[in-house]
Amino acid sequence: MDELPIKSGDDVVRVRQRVRAAAADSGLSLVDQTKLVTAASELARNALVYAGGGVARVEMATAATGRTGVRITFTDEGPGIANLDLALTDGWTTGDGLGLGLSGARRLVDEFELVSSPGAGTSVAVAKWAR
Amino acid sequence: MERVPILKIGQNLFVSIQIDLQDQSVVQLQEDLADELVATRATGVVIDITAVEIVDSFIGRMLATIGSISRLFDAETVLVGMRPAVAITLVELGLSLDGVRTALNAEQGLRLLNGSS
Amino acid sequence: MADLLRANEEKLLDRWCEMVFATARGRVSADEVRNELAELYGLVIRAMSAADESAAGELRAALAALSRSRARSGFSPSETAVAIFSLKDPVYEFLADSAEMVPEYLTFARMIDDLGLNTFETYVATREEIIRQQAESMLELSTPVVQLWDGIIAVPLVGTLDSARTQLVMEKMLDALVAQGATHAVIDITGVPTVDTEVAQHLLKTVMAARLLGAQCTICGIRPQIAHTIVSLGIEFGDITTKATLAGALEHALRSAGLKVGPA
Repeated sequence: MDELPIKSGDDVVRVRQRVRAAAADSGLSLVDQTKLVTAASELARNALVYAGGGVARVEMATAATGRTGVRITFTDEGPGIANLDLALTDGWTTGDGLGLGLSGARRLVDEFELVSSPGAGTSVAVAKWAR
Repeated sequence: MERVPILKIGQNLFVSIQIDLQDQSVVQLQEDLADELVATRATGVVIDITAVEIVDSFIGRMLATIGSISRLFDAETVLVGMRPAVAITLVELGLSLDGVRTALNAEQGLRLLNGSS
Repeated sequence: MADLLRANEEKLLDRWCEMVFATARGRVSADEVRNELAELYGLVIRAMSAADESAAGELRAALAALSRSRARSGFSPSETAVAIFSLKDPVYEFLADSAEMVPEYLTFARMIDDLGLNTFETYVATREEIIRQQAESMLELSTPVVQLWDGIIAVPLVGTLDSARTQLVMEKMLDALVAQGATHAVIDITGVPTVDTEVAQHLLKTVMAARLLGAQCTICGIRPQIAHTIVSLGIEFGDITTKATLAGALEHALRSAGLKVGPA
């Protein structure tokens, strides 16, 4: 498992590269690799922009079904999300964005788990498995 | 910080995105483009993203912004060379690049620009 | 318990083979049964004698092999599992009077239950893999992309359009657009039985993907029967041209490309 800090735009790039490598090693197809790296980029940026930084943990894993893949967890100590339902709806945003972030990223991965509350930071865990 | 080169060929500006653009480079590119559009009075902008492996909402915003900036200077923007994997991901992400036309490659992009002016 | 099994191997193994062979109904010979069960018996003893780490792995492998060979010989997964379970009977018969062995017997019984279920799992996993591979083949076979003309490709869809099929269609269509430098894609849905809002969404996604690569899309094959359904569901194709026939779509695409067909 690799632990990568997210403190700058360059860190986001590093997270992408690490995820790309892990995805390729896990046997994900090119399209699936692209989806996972894009989702990781969205989530890493979220941590940077909305929480002032965070940590990404990337590891190659095996699903319950036996398929290999990648699991990534993004954690931050930011303000947290008050209304989870709203945040996961398309078009929602607090920042100057296109309002996709979370809901978009969710569609790109196989597993998506979000834990967050005001004042307690946010933790997003995603996973994608090879077919 | 590397600046993305902007070429002028005929009535059009060409921008080829090769590297992972980060915050400052994006702003710099947008400023440089605005400068060039004014200086050259170009009527078309071709953005080549053949080398771009990942387009997330950040890059998507950048592209949409470039489209808007061009329009302010009465120029049309065409995005060319999107990779199939990127296109499929964008559709799933729900990112609609409204306001930016697309073409398969630079040749078809130029045909589009010249045909519409 | 391990010691007991080791000490009385001859007797217990004989009884086990007897019971398993009785249900074999001639599908496997007495010798084969003896060989298979003797190996398992040995491995069970080793697995129960704490210190042997590799025994568990070897036991699993032996069970998987047994499960597969039995499946090939026409045994149902239940029969194979029951054959494993039946080791408990001779052991129980042997211990009938030893009340102090009850706790150990229970542990032993649970272990045998696990092993029996294991053979069942192997069987199911193998079948699932076969089904998955066949589904994949079917998907591949039913998603061709053909060239209609210079710069015009056609994607005939046959069967339901679910998200898995949509992914494959998008991949093949986009790869074809790039390979042929095409500017037009005709999506023929004649072979799609029903068009509901979900299918419409998948179609829209496919069109959006093609557009990102600069291609124009025409959807054809709208049958009279589904036209009513589409309208009453409120599905709108917006600025995507839709035609009834492939011919109509081809003509439209040619015209958009600045071409026309005339007499020789």
